[in-house]
Amino acid sequence: MYNPIKYNLPDKDGKFGRYGGKFVPETLITPLQELERTYLGLKNNPRFLSELNKLNREYSGRPTPLTFAENLTKYFGKAKIYLKREDLCHTGAHKINNALGQILLALRLGKKRIIAETGAGQHGVATATVCAKFGLKCVVYMGEVDIERQKPNVFRMKLLGAEVVPVKSGSRTLKDAGNEAIRDWVTNVKDTHYIIGSVVGPHPYPMMVRDFQSVIGTETKEQILILEKKLPDFIIACVGGGSNAIGIFYPFIDDDVQLIGVEAAGLGLDTDKHSATLTLGREGIFQGMMSYLLQSKEGQISEVHSISAGLDYPGVGPEHSYLKDISKAKYFSVTDEEALNGTKLLSRLEGIIPALETAHAVAGIEKIIPETNKEQVIIINISGRGDKDLDTIRKNAGL
Amino acid sequence: MLPISDFIKGKNSEGKKVLSVFLTSGFPDPKSFTELALKILDAGADMLEIGFPFSDPLADGPVIQHSSNTALQKGINLEKTFGYVKQIREKTEKPLILMGYANPVMSYGIKKFAEDCKSSGVDGLIIPDVPLEEYESFFTPDFNGLEKILLISPTTNDERIRLTDDKSSGFVYCVSVSGTTGNEKAEKDIEFIEHSRSILKKNKMLVGFGISSEEDVRKYSPFCDGVIVGSAVIKSLMEDDDTTEAVKRTLNLVKRLKAAL
Repeated sequence: MYNPIKYNLPDKDGKFGRYGGKFVPETLITPLQELERTYLGLKNNPRFLSELNKLNREYSGRPTPLTFAENLTKYFGKAKIYLKREDLCHTGAHKINNALGQILLALRLGKKRIIAETGAGQHGVATATVCAKFGLKCVVYMGEVDIERQKPNVFRMKLLGAEVVPVKSGSRTLKDAGNEAIRDWVTNVKDTHYIIGSVVGPHPYPMMVRDFQSVIGTETKEQILILEKKLPDFIIACVGGGSNAIGIFYPFIDDDVQLIGVEAAGLGLDTDKHSATLTLGREGIFQGMMSYLLQSKEGQISEVHSISAGLDYPGVGPEHSYLKDISKAKYFSVTDEEALNGTKLLSRLEGIIPALETAHAVAGIEKIIPETNKEQVIIINISGRGDKDLDTIRKNAGL
Repeated sequence: MLPISDFIKGKNSEGKKVLSVFLTSGFPDPKSFTELALKILDAGADMLEIGFPFSDPLADGPVIQHSSNTALQKGINLEKTFGYVKQIREKTEKPLILMGYANPVMSYGIKKFAEDCKSSGVDGLIIPDVPLEEYESFFTPDFNGLEKILLISPTTNDERIRLTDDKSSGFVYCVSVSGTTGNEKAEKDIEFIEHSRSILKKNKMLVGFGISSEEDVRKYSPFCDGVIVGSAVIKSLMEDDDTTEAVKRTLNLVKRLKAAL
């Protein structure tokens, strides 16, 4: 059906419906305005785009393949399953797409120093990588708990010349790393650009990070039209902050495609050890945005859990909150255990070891596949590879 | 009546600047907090800012993060904070301000929060993560009758200072450095402070963030209508296991800061 009203969000205030906005201390407003102005001036600038495309192609290795998962498809005997291979990007995950975009912005803003927060370390590694390439000083904030469970990435960041600052406050995971990064930015705003790693935080970040990540969906669309001569029926991706999901969803947002986000149910939704923000959270204000949040009755942010450090976050991108409310996308969650099974399944059937974050999307397949038929097509966004998680997987998967 | 702005004007007309002291609700000891607040007022504070705690205070440095966490662990919430305000209000006419982040307010319910502010005797609010851009969406008409204090910082340009002056009531809170609260080491920008004040038409201006000593007070008070001390007071309260000693030392600090104004 022809839909004359095209999706065109966020609005000028950075809102997706009621979500998003700029709930930050005054000190950050002017830098955010400057960032927005610079970004809007560049986003359609042919020189900027060709520079970014060149980096995506020649440095990062784009376009990433769309792989037909023949064995996985046979295993379920239902819809055809394709894998969008962001695990094959340079640095091993989709995070580099955003880091490359933002480093080009930072250079144009004349910033000398880059800061970032990281959970799984993939965004930290991507940021450290682009800083090494462009010769900017890089400081990455990472929770102590995550430093322990993502050691290989900590070492990679150091090898790339970044300073990794352990965050000891709060739950010592991703949200606390975000708080410390914001505090650093407030203090050093003159010479520092903050590369936020997901579609979270104050406007214009959710929009800008989405735009940089939407290269995933744009390629996917071209590729599936060549391979299947039609659009997919389902697209499924894991959601922590939600950048890989938005990246693959966004170019399909006006299409008749079922978009599905999979959150981390951790030890189970009936425990308090999960990160299923859209499933169980409610509206609130946190880290610069209005969005769904996991929080106490009194509005204190919850300490959340997921086996995957990248999904271990009590908030979610404001655009996902909006897509949920208007039922454009559907969200559900899978447990740590189901995600570990997803890891094993994809490894053994397809020879691809996914990141634990990605494994949630793989596990999500089992929940939707029974309703599908052989004529239908599902695409899973394989957002990252699993090398960084081998320790955790070995300890938990009974191998 | 505009209790805060009229109060500051009154003081200024007597040739005095005001000293506003920040305390974290229920810190260090929930049982004796009301008593502590009243003693601080007796020691020379002209007004009080009472901070209600939040799990993720991203505009705050380590000192207020600590007091906020401690308060949360001791079960301090908005309900208890309104209880304190009510008790303090019974004993003082001085302005009382609530300060804190937007999320606990939303959870409490915007309407109920505004009503309880008014019924307990709160005069004004400082919500640092609600800037001008979000003012209209957050401060619904329920907040009429409460003064909404907005902030400016060294990154705020002249046009924005004017807009802030227009929207703000009570006073304009001038953040003297780019950074989190308690940033004593950062060089405060006197030129910025002086310049900002010259732009303000409607509001008085108080300077805060990193004001910790008599020397700071002497240095900055000529360029504003009053100063705000937060982290230095909280730090003094937490430096000792012996609460009596800590309170004694803190009251002394407040007296000295007041004398330096």
